[in-house]
Amino acid sequence: MTSATPPTGTGALAKREARLAWTLLAPTVISVSLVVILPLLAIFWISFKPFTLSDLRPPAPVVRESLRGSGDDLRIEYRLRNSSQEIAIDGVTLSDVLPDGVVAGDVAAPCVLDGQDLFCDFGTLEGGQRERIRIPVDVDGDPDAFEDVVEASEPRVTGSGPNVLTNFEFSLDNYARVFDGAEFWGVLWVTLFYTVFGTIGALVMGLFAALLLNKSFKGQGFIRGLYLFPYVAPVIAVAFTWVTLFDPFSGSANALLIQMGLTSAPINFFGERPLALIMVTVFEIWRYFPLSFLFILARMQSIDSSMYEAADMDGASPFQKFWLLSIPQLLGILSVLFLLRFIWTFNKFDDIFLLTGGNAGTRTLTVNVYEQAFAISNIGAGAAVAVVILLCLIAFSFVFFRFISREEGL
Amino acid sequence: MRKGFITSPVLGALWLVIIASTVAVTMSFATGAAFRPQVGLSLIWGAVAGLTYVAFPARHAPARLAISVLLGLSCLSGLGPVLIGLDTTLQASLITVIAVAVVMHLSLAEILKELPFTELTRHEFEEAVIRFCTGFGYIFFTAIVVIPFYVMVMTSLKSQQALLQNPLDFSVDLSQGTALLRSYTELFRDFNFGTYLWTSFYVSVLTVFITLLFSVPGAYAVARFRFKGQKAFSRSILLIYMVPMIVLALPIYIAFSLTGLRNSILGIVMIYPVTTIPVALYMLQGYFRGLPTEVEEAGLMDGLSRLAVIWKITLPLSLPALASVSLYVFMIAWNEFLLAFMLLDDPSKFTLTRGVTMLNSSEIPRQHLMAGAVIATLPIMALFLGLERFMTKGLTAGSVKG
Repeated sequence: MTSATPPTGTGALAKREARLAWTLLAPTVISVSLVVILPLLAIFWISFKPFTLSDLRPPAPVVRESLRGSGDDLRIEYRLRNSSQEIAIDGVTLSDVLPDGVVAGDVAAPCVLDGQDLFCDFGTLEGGQRERIRIPVDVDGDPDAFEDVVEASEPRVTGSGPNVLTNFEFSLDNYARVFDGAEFWGVLWVTLFYTVFGTIGALVMGLFAALLLNKSFKGQGFIRGLYLFPYVAPVIAVAFTWVTLFDPFSGSANALLIQMGLTSAPINFFGERPLALIMVTVFEIWRYFPLSFLFILARMQSIDSSMYEAADMDGASPFQKFWLLSIPQLLGILSVLFLLRFIWTFNKFDDIFLLTGGNAGTRTLTVNVYEQAFAISNIGAGAAVAVVILLCLIAFSFVFFRFISREEGL
Repeated sequence: MRKGFITSPVLGALWLVIIASTVAVTMSFATGAAFRPQVGLSLIWGAVAGLTYVAFPARHAPARLAISVLLGLSCLSGLGPVLIGLDTTLQASLITVIAVAVVMHLSLAEILKELPFTELTRHEFEEAVIRFCTGFGYIFFTAIVVIPFYVMVMTSLKSQQALLQNPLDFSVDLSQGTALLRSYTELFRDFNFGTYLWTSFYVSVLTVFITLLFSVPGAYAVARFRFKGQKAFSRSILLIYMVPMIVLALPIYIAFSLTGLRNSILGIVMIYPVTTIPVALYMLQGYFRGLPTEVEEAGLMDGLSRLAVIWKITLPLSLPALASVSLYVFMIAWNEFLLAFMLLDDPSKFTLTRGVTMLNSSEIPRQHLMAGAVIATLPIMALFLGLERFMTKGLTAGSVKG
């Protein structure tokens, strides 16, 4: 007879299930750690280092081998140089195997010849230093034929310069540079303006569009599809379209405004402060209202209609129904959408980069990462900005998870 | 405020400003000629029309009709809601007049439906306001969505000179025949766009495939099995989903530069799925949770292994969800710009979005850039319109990534 007490602890079945679960998850966990977690740790590491684009190619010894001269003066030449002009390389050695049929003469220091094996030890190669090794040789046969043979055997060189990426020197220079001066606060202000107004705008527009389509009529599906276009289209396509549309010289928007008498001279929409910032925010609202619209509509259609019927019986007016019935029902989805969109807008890079390139007072934190890393080619400073973004993100997600546990289904 | 003789002139006045602006903008774009809404006059005419509509109920139609016709005809004299430029053809002027009169007549009758002249109930008042806002909303949203996309297509079909000459002219000269598509043929002939299209296509398909391969088992495990760390895992998926790409792009750029993966399609195919796996995992686990467990348990009882259950029972049941996820992932991969921009320098390996970025230079005419944009947009739009049901489902399930 089996006892009726429930099992305690982890049974064999539960263990097997957990093991299977982790096996199924393993590919995902591994790939995501490699491409997300590792880079996240790397960005902290890099942000404390003076790392520039040019450091991507660390200094290395470069060698060229050639057979020169003729007759008695025949010689093999190795030319060795440091690829960097400033940084010294340690432990530079050169080794090569002379091909059969080549008889070498005297070999000068720092090289030694053991049979056909050549080995040279240069020690430290200073920045910009060049070395030339000449080895007089005799060949049996046609020197021209040997030229290819000699040059075909690749000499091996060793030697390593200091690698900024892997050594243990850290500095706070990048952070000092990022926080230095008024620029950072300007960037932060632009980011906040863009995020707050972009998020609220997209939500309000989305709510309006959802109210429009929250009734069934013929062609409703078509209009819904149409309203989603801005979100579904590739960002490059819509961003370049906006730039074309608002071009100061050939843009239709300016031509229209001038014709309507609203302005006399063309307006440079994406090139003037503070208009450019307003325009990129409007673009953000335009591009992402479809998403809030879709979510709000989905929630509206799941509200029980009997509630509205009851309100009708009680004589509630349309506005009263909207404020007192719809809005409280939508509050959950609205707050979650607000938080998610806030985080996403804060992280947005492509849109502004394509519209203005961060010029005319539209540089947000994310664009600043790119600017520092690639325009000023200081990857370390870019990483420092990225760390600032990450810290903000962690703070946001903390708030987010407090909310999301209340709102199911998202 | 809630008096018919106040509400209706106010709504009428505002409504006519909207109608006049819409007609003026539409006619400007359609003909390239000069049309201008006159706000002051529109307000006056609109107020008069609104008053007429409440003063004369629908059965006295002639009075309503008369004011609409008058209002339209006034445009010809320069004292109407829309000012027509002097060099406009008679045909265009007449279309404007008729458009203003007919649209105003039909829409105002609808907005001010059954509104009494004096005291309004709260219901009557609010419903009129709502009908007004609805009308405005449809015009507004349709305009902001349709105009940019129309501009994109139209610009790609026009020469630079034609654009600079009259940026207002949105008409397309269809008489040119195939010469109209010049920029497209040039893109495919001289700019390698055929290759880019193919690269984008197979990169996106591979991304979808790899994403599903990784996320289906993972999502199943999260949805069905109870194990330690399940909840933390769910949350970290969401968290990873929120990490900005630009932050990851820097280390990826460095790593790819050092390992020689930069400038290779292999590198792109390795990176894209990882950005989409968290999304797919999240969407799928939600769906798997909704499936009844009984069917699967029956399968287990019949001696199938867990993997066989997933393959033979769960997957066929979740085909609609798989379609949504695939479409959504395809869209992300197809539209991806940042990584392609940073990691690809070699024009022979560009994806479509990277190829279009290349066209954004002062030496290449605008029409080529716009033609490139159209080529990048069309496939995803066609897919979207054809499979709208799956796509909207995918979007709502896929949360708000973007």
